[in-house]
Amino acid sequence: MAVAIEKSRRRISRSALRENLLGYAWISPWIIGFLVFTLGPMVASLIFSFTNYRIINQPKWAGWQNYTYALVEDDLFWPSLARTFQYVAISVPIGLFGSLLLASLLNQRVKGESIFRTMFYLPSLTPAAAAAILWVWLLNYKVGLVNYVLSLVGIQGPPWLGSQQWAIPAIILIGMWTGIGGGRMIIFLAGLQGVPEELYEAAEIDGAGWWRRFRHITLPMISPTIFFNMILGIIGALQVFTTAYITTKGGPGRATWFFALHLYTHAFEYFDMGYASTLAWLMFIIILVFTLIQLRLSDRWVFYAGAR
Amino acid sequence: MEPGTALVQSKSANTSRHGEWYWLRYVYRGLIYLFTIALGIVFMLPFFWAVTSAFKPPWELYVFPPTWFPKQWQPQNFVRIWQLVPFAVWTRNSLIVALLNVVAEVFAAAAVAFGFSRYRFKGRNLLFVMLLSTMMLPVYVTIIPSFLLFNELGWINTLKPLTIPAFFGGGAYNIFLLRQFFMTIPLDFDEAAFVDGATSWTIFTRIILPLSKPALSTVAVFGFLGSWNNFLGPLIYLNTTEKFTLPIGITWFRVVPMEQGEPKDHLLMAASVTVTLPAVILFFAAQRYFVAGIVMSGLKG
Repeated sequence: MAVAIEKSRRRISRSALRENLLGYAWISPWIIGFLVFTLGPMVASLIFSFTNYRIINQPKWAGWQNYTYALVEDDLFWPSLARTFQYVAISVPIGLFGSLLLASLLNQRVKGESIFRTMFYLPSLTPAAAAAILWVWLLNYKVGLVNYVLSLVGIQGPPWLGSQQWAIPAIILIGMWTGIGGGRMIIFLAGLQGVPEELYEAAEIDGAGWWRRFRHITLPMISPTIFFNMILGIIGALQVFTTAYITTKGGPGRATWFFALHLYTHAFEYFDMGYASTLAWLMFIIILVFTLIQLRLSDRWVFYAGAR
Repeated sequence: MEPGTALVQSKSANTSRHGEWYWLRYVYRGLIYLFTIALGIVFMLPFFWAVTSAFKPPWELYVFPPTWFPKQWQPQNFVRIWQLVPFAVWTRNSLIVALLNVVAEVFAAAAVAFGFSRYRFKGRNLLFVMLLSTMMLPVYVTIIPSFLLFNELGWINTLKPLTIPAFFGGGAYNIFLLRQFFMTIPLDFDEAAFVDGATSWTIFTRIILPLSKPALSTVAVFGFLGSWNNFLGPLIYLNTTEKFTLPIGITWFRVVPMEQGEPKDHLLMAASVTVTLPAVILFFAAQRYFVAGIVMSGLKG
């Protein structure tokens, strides 16, 4: 409205109409896509979550049945959630710390920075399937590289993906290799480079050691970057699927039966679309809750240099 | 900058303060350097191992202790995979999907970003926020009805579900990135052209697109990679082996039994290396677009 009034002072208000028409014309592909591939399916899956729908039959209304089944009777629901949370709780902090560490190293202005950056970044370009197949081999109990290197320092490596205890750590390890040096690291690097030098110089003149400088200058100044990476990291980690699907298919003994795997199995192996939709919406709610909590807590620790 | 560079600057300023312990700083720098090298090696080691394993004959893969270099080079592993499984078909499928996605994402996202950045229309901010929020949507919420929709359309087991949606907007991430970039192009260009009688379309094609080559290249590069590496989509939509894309193909290859139960790890390694190669080549060819692209979208986020 303000646009139209303002424009009519200078020109004819026809241009506001023009802006509206053209604007919508240009974004129309996205609007169509949004309705057909995002909003539509979201509403549909919400409805399906309240039905019994196995593709071969017509959807039948079932009320809260699916939800109660998930929360009370499905004996894989809570374990899969627990395993996923376990994965998130370990992999996200390690991932953030690792990416930040690598970015800090690259930020040291060592000679050949771009070579190192390439070395760190390349693994993140590996197709997930290729990386999974590669690591199954690397984690081979008898002749895998990992256990071989461990044996060189006298440690007997575990059966990794074949062991209930070590399967999730193995998946985390694979995730670290592909994830730490990737986009997250680059974003941290950019964040680190955005910290004004004067702050460091002033601190050093005042006699602050490197830890002090890191804790009181670097960390606060890059806290928005940490926050950004953390949110995306948690959302991504909650959906962990591909590596587990390829390497262990949820085993051994359901050790890596993550929530996304649970959903996938119900949707595309049992074709129980109604229940799978329920699981999808439960996952969505969990992600929303996590994100909102983080947003709320962020006021406490995220420091925006430009804010008042 | 981090402690390192500040140290070099302070050298001339306060040598007296640091005195005889100053050499420690150099040791510190040296250790950091060594640590970085060590980490670089650790990250590259799996690649190295994959490549050397890919050239080994099957028996050599199971020796303990493992050999660092093949005692017997067997490059025909790389040929064998093309013969044993429909590798060529998979490659073709992956290429078709990836290239279509690139074209779709570049032009669709550019068009939508053009609309968001160049025109003030009612509801623009709300729609943009909705666009941003779709970036955080878990894929599982939409994938089941999408699958059912494609099933109704008869698109299951074709490449269509993997390519056609890209034409409708080109991805929220790309729209966001391009919109941020377009906003750095002064509106004066548009207005000057408008005065000269240019239409919206001409402004888009003759002014905005040519000026945005770096950002468009970034979208293209990431679009190709995202599509090439995509696993869940092809997993769900493709059923028969001749429709597979490479990631699904090699996963299938891994579990399908060989004749006489012969080991195939050497072939799996060759396959993994081959599938990863285009991504690596693309990186080296277009390096600057990677960093620039991630930074452009990440920092604004």
